[in-house]
Amino acid sequence: MIAASYSRRKTRNGVWTVLAYAATALGLAMLAIILVTLLWNGLGGLSLDVFTKNTAPPGVVGGLLNSIVGSVIMTGIGLALGAPIGILAGTYLAEYGANSRLASVVRFINDILLSAPSIIVGLFVYELLVVPVGHFSALAGAVALAVLGAPIMVRTTEDMLNLVPNTLREAASALGMPRSLVIRHVAYRAVMSGLITGVLLAIARMTGETAPLIFTALGNSLFTADPRGPMSALPLIIYEFARSPYAEQQKLAWTGALILTFAVLGLSILARVFSASVKQR
Amino acid sequence: MTATALQSSSAAHSSPMDRSRALGRLKFSDNSFRWLTLGAAVLVLVLLLGVVVSLFLGALPAFREFGVGFLFSDAWSPPKEQFGAATAIYGTLVTSVIAMLIAVPVGLGIAVFLTELCWLPLRRPIGIAIELLAGIPSIIYGIWGVYYFRPVMQSYIQPFLINTLGNVPIIGFLFQGPPFGYGVLTAGLVLALMILPFITAVSRDVFDTVPPVLKEAAYGIGSTTFEVVGNIVIPYTRVGVIGGVMLALGRALGETMAVTFVIGNATKIQSSILAQGTTISAMIANQFADADPGLFTSSLLALGFILFVITFLVLAAARWMLARMQLKA
Repeated sequence: MIAASYSRRKTRNGVWTVLAYAATALGLAMLAIILVTLLWNGLGGLSLDVFTKNTAPPGVVGGLLNSIVGSVIMTGIGLALGAPIGILAGTYLAEYGANSRLASVVRFINDILLSAPSIIVGLFVYELLVVPVGHFSALAGAVALAVLGAPIMVRTTEDMLNLVPNTLREAASALGMPRSLVIRHVAYRAVMSGLITGVLLAIARMTGETAPLIFTALGNSLFTADPRGPMSALPLIIYEFARSPYAEQQKLAWTGALILTFAVLGLSILARVFSASVKQR
Repeated sequence: MTATALQSSSAAHSSPMDRSRALGRLKFSDNSFRWLTLGAAVLVLVLLLGVVVSLFLGALPAFREFGVGFLFSDAWSPPKEQFGAATAIYGTLVTSVIAMLIAVPVGLGIAVFLTELCWLPLRRPIGIAIELLAGIPSIIYGIWGVYYFRPVMQSYIQPFLINTLGNVPIIGFLFQGPPFGYGVLTAGLVLALMILPFITAVSRDVFDTVPPVLKEAAYGIGSTTFEVVGNIVIPYTRVGVIGGVMLALGRALGETMAVTFVIGNATKIQSSILAQGTTISAMIANQFADADPGLFTSSLLALGFILFVITFLVLAAARWMLARMQLKA
């Protein structure tokens, strides 16, 4: 009797253990399949033309230059707008607000923004900047990206500043340093790589977003560096070319997908390296 | 600590006038920094408020025209200017439910593997690999889904489901119709893959908060790993796990690009989950560019507003639960 129930418990444990192994194997296999698919389809199209030529109509050899430049410009402007807001707001939460009512509300709302659907942010910026101006613009796209990137930096900045030991702040205050200098010259410096982590994670998120750009930046088949007009971006061109009936455009879509994925994954791995260096200390 | 600090130290050696001026400057910069950070924090609130207000104002014409009926009408006819949200809401909910049914058990399984079973040196690398799934942009899941996963669904999975589950009474209607490859089920499965890492990451983190003493005590009286997980770890972390699941649900509800590629974008409610459908976000992504200003655009904005309200409630519940978990830890 006891032996039977013991072996039954052992079997049950065995079955669940196998299932847990299987779940992990499934997750890892899917990651491998997606990455291999990207390499398989994207590597073939990778040539110098991709980086030196603009997107072209079917039949003409084209590249992705305008969309890569567009992505870089919009992410750059988005970062310039979002990073100060994100880092300063994160600073408020960690250093000034702490447990005040305002800080709890901001923290809660920021967490919501962090996972809010990106297409909603696109609609918001469309209403805010496209409708009043009357046309699509890269600037509107960049603002949408900033709205998506800022909450990431708010969160990371707060988390990282909370790692700074209070004794460090007290020591600086005891020397007569005003609070803002303690924050800027002691706390920021202690977790600089943590702040960089937040910025890198935000860049990764902003670079990969498509939905908010569809009705803000719109896309552009020509090369442009003017943020006041419509601009192409790597995700937008993948969206367009992946649904194209022409083989060469589909091929460019895969090449773009390969570049985008490895850029984004590279950034998140880099972010991890920086954050690990904070936590080790 | 360069400019300001140097100035203040040199000020200390000079006349009292200079000293008070330097102090005043310091005080001013100190206060302005404080106000700057406060302003940035308030801006976060303003952003969310802006999203709500702008979507609501944009949606107002549609809400005025159709009233509460907008929520329950499955009409979607731009030429006749008849719009309703039911089809899109239905698709959003069904794809999310399918995604949760697959992703929750698999995600929890991986979390259990990572916290209880995995060989220690491999825990970090495997954990990072799973998290990388969350880093892959949505559009990549879309292009992969439509070129690779859809054909597999069409040639193998859907015919298999039609031939087996399709003939089962009661639930058979869910698995009937021709295998297109595109469809609600395909979208749900791609979504499952996309939200898997969120469930794993949150559950792994909350599993790690279980005091080792509790687990060791259970192992000490002869529990198997499965019994420890089922009787100690899961009950201890229940609130946190549910919070993580809700967080993933919030993601699934609003996911756009991947779904747009594989769901087929049919604005019709069909009983079979193999049939093509649409979701709120897919509908907006697909039709917004072609929509005439007026009732059509307003109806799409109304859909956006509804999506926002749904995800806000889900995410708020998730955060509330995770906060309760944190208090416990």
